[in-house]
Amino acid sequence: MGVVVALLCVPLLGSRYLVDLTTEILIYALFALSLNVLIGYAGNVSFGHAAYFAIGGYSCAILLTTYQWPLWLSFPAAVGLSAGAALIIGYFCVRLTDIYFAMLTLAFSMLVWSAAFKWRTMTGGDDGFVGVNVPALLEDRVAFYYFAVGVVSLSTALLWRICHSAFGRTLVAVRENSLRAGFVGIDVRRIRLAAFVVAGFFAGIAGALFAMYNRGMYTESAFWTESAQVLIMTLLGGMYSFFGPALGAAVLYLLEVSINQYTEYWPAILGTLLVLIVLFLPHGLAGLAQKTRRARKV
Amino acid sequence: MLTNPTFLFLQTLNAIALGMNLFIIAAGLTLIFGVLRVINFAHGAFFMLGAYVCYSIVEQAGNFWLGVLGAGLALALLAWAIERALLQRLYAREPLAQLLFTFALVLILGDAVKMVWGSEQYSVAYPAGLERAVDLGIAHYPAYLLFLCGLGPVVALALWLLLERTRWGRIMRAARQDREMLAVLGINVPLVYNGVFVAGAALAGMGGALAAPRLALTPGMDANIVVECFIIVIIGGLGSLWGSFLGALILGIVTVFGAVLVPEWEMVLPYALMLAVLLWRPWGLFGRAQG
Amino acid sequence: MLQISDLSKSFDGFTAVRNVSLALDQGERHAIIGPNGAGKTTFFNLITGHLRPDSGTVDFKGKSLTGRAPHQIVKQGLARSFQHINVYPRMSVVQNVQVALIARQGQTFNMFIAAAGLHHQEAGDLLTLVGLADAEHAVAADLSYGKQKQLELAIALAAAPQLLLLDEPTAGMAPAETMEMLRLIGQIVAARGLTLLFTEHDMDVVFSLAQRISVLHHGEIIATGPPQEIRQDAEVQRVYLGKAADAQD
Repeated sequence: MGVVVALLCVPLLGSRYLVDLTTEILIYALFALSLNVLIGYAGNVSFGHAAYFAIGGYSCAILLTTYQWPLWLSFPAAVGLSAGAALIIGYFCVRLTDIYFAMLTLAFSMLVWSAAFKWRTMTGGDDGFVGVNVPALLEDRVAFYYFAVGVVSLSTALLWRICHSAFGRTLVAVRENSLRAGFVGIDVRRIRLAAFVVAGFFAGIAGALFAMYNRGMYTESAFWTESAQVLIMTLLGGMYSFFGPALGAAVLYLLEVSINQYTEYWPAILGTLLVLIVLFLPHGLAGLAQKTRRARKV
Repeated sequence: MLTNPTFLFLQTLNAIALGMNLFIIAAGLTLIFGVLRVINFAHGAFFMLGAYVCYSIVEQAGNFWLGVLGAGLALALLAWAIERALLQRLYAREPLAQLLFTFALVLILGDAVKMVWGSEQYSVAYPAGLERAVDLGIAHYPAYLLFLCGLGPVVALALWLLLERTRWGRIMRAARQDREMLAVLGINVPLVYNGVFVAGAALAGMGGALAAPRLALTPGMDANIVVECFIIVIIGGLGSLWGSFLGALILGIVTVFGAVLVPEWEMVLPYALMLAVLLWRPWGLFGRAQG
Repeated sequence: MLQISDLSKSFDGFTAVRNVSLALDQGERHAIIGPNGAGKTTFFNLITGHLRPDSGTVDFKGKSLTGRAPHQIVKQGLARSFQHINVYPRMSVVQNVQVALIARQGQTFNMFIAAAGLHHQEAGDLLTLVGLADAEHAVAADLSYGKQKQLELAIALAAAPQLLLLDEPTAGMAPAETMEMLRLIGQIVAARGLTLLFTEHDMDVVFSLAQRISVLHHGEIIATGPPQEIRQDAEVQRVYLGKAADAQD
């Protein structure tokens, strides 16, 4: 709750740069939280989550601009489309597990990327979809910021509810022992599909927000590197905690922005960071926070 | 177009040459997975490094074959260091940790290449003696590519003999099945793992060096190859040598003929192929079904 | 209640289960015994849907279970425990049971009802029943082997089954624990009017708990009947009981 209040105060600091930065962090935080439903809760690692982000973003951009739909129609429709895509793609993916599941999600997301690339008339292809018709009310950066805070807060609250519901508990059981889960009456495949769709739904929201913030969508958003980036955010923050991925998104984004000012070798630094995390912080930053909290209690 | 026998012949040779080159690289990946159970995302980076090292050696010493050897050695050394210092701590961890680690290697090695060689494009010429085109009766064909066509099966056979007929091979195959048993039998398992990782990396490096004459060397060349390698091992079955051989041939054919028949969708084809395999028979041609 | 006819299953040419037929009445306590590798676990896996039979049928209360998925079979009123511990390792004891209760109530897709404290009363009752009341919040993987077996039982019971399949419920337990588990199982089965099908290696357990016994050998049933009959059956003695029978007499 305190976080929300703090967020609401950010524009008061007067820095336009800070507002933009925070907006982007919020969007990526939601994106990472959505992925964690799959990775942290359901235990299914996906290499193709960017697909739903991209579908949400492109749909929203296209509906707003090319078809001149009002926001209250475009936004839900965009999210619906990404959830729908998740349903169709997920149906095929949940028939596999582990590395095969991951590879299939990758393959599908690269197909989405190819579609975005090839369908020039709709998406602008390689040049990207430039110029999103953002509604007048949200044209001001600060106004959009408040809108983003609202949407992300609401989405996060919903995600919290879902992850801590009977459904969420069932997901964790499937992750821990899918064999046993089947034998207590859980339809493992359908549960995993549901998780897939939930993840795609919220990724779509993040994507739609991004399209409006960015005033455009580019094919990079659907490329596997985008999927890899959100995966790293989730793992960096900690996949076993609810807020971990959001933390990871913030940290990663801030790091990238600051390090890019000094050197162009951000990937190498990120790689080194990853190695350190894998070796010493398997539960991510959130895990580190928990450990220090527990240590302090002792 | 397809009715033209000369054209068909040439494209088929292209497909085989490409496939064989890919096989050498993918063989390393499938070896590493078969024994270590690690999915090495950095395999493309190893490939790329091999190509660049070969380039440098050719620039300095003028000899292509030295370049290939040097690439293999350099990667072997690098892989030895990586495995010893870092990777071996991760064997007991969950697969996700290993995946992340190899992905981190991709990032680091990618930038390392940029740091050392810069971002310009380089090229390596065909080696002396193989730079001309050979008259095959129907058409002329670059000798070097013919060499690749022949090299693939030779490497495959060599690897097969190594795995099936030597003590090392038996140990590697046993490691695939039961690691604990090996340790009980007094075999130095860490050494085996290290050896396999080194061998796999060396194969990737040499494959990269061999590919240098027909590719443009840029810092982004590892991205495509790693996907292609994954497709090959998935088609063939994770851990199967002959599976990779067949898979590489299939990918070579699909790539070459796909570029000719449906040039629009060239970039989609590898992913579409992977999709098709995963939906129809995810454990590949020679793999075993799950669960 | 449970009608199994001519069930068969082969793996790559090796016949694990061959033409097995069995009929269980309601409330019956039936043991399946046989040497290692006789096909007992395969048989269980076939009944509970983990494996698809090559031929034969499994009917439960008149409904066919043949070839159906485990979660569908559980919904019909069957539950099983596993020979090797099969719990949710990183979840707490009470959560382990809770998951099964959520599934039984059909709430697996309910995204709005909070999981904290859900079915707490019932989970607690089940845990008390199996003797784990004091270990509610312990992490499942940290429990001793015997207690994990008790948890297995609680999870199976959470599904409110009418037919309980227990795969070696006392495997790996010390004699004192075995007696306790035996008493517990007998008590629960009687109190709830359950039908029980179990496999065991410990002959003491089998003879004290079972009303009827079937002997499995190389995938075939070579004898079925009350314990005394089985004891005296020459074939069974030859194949399996051997010295054990002498020792008991």
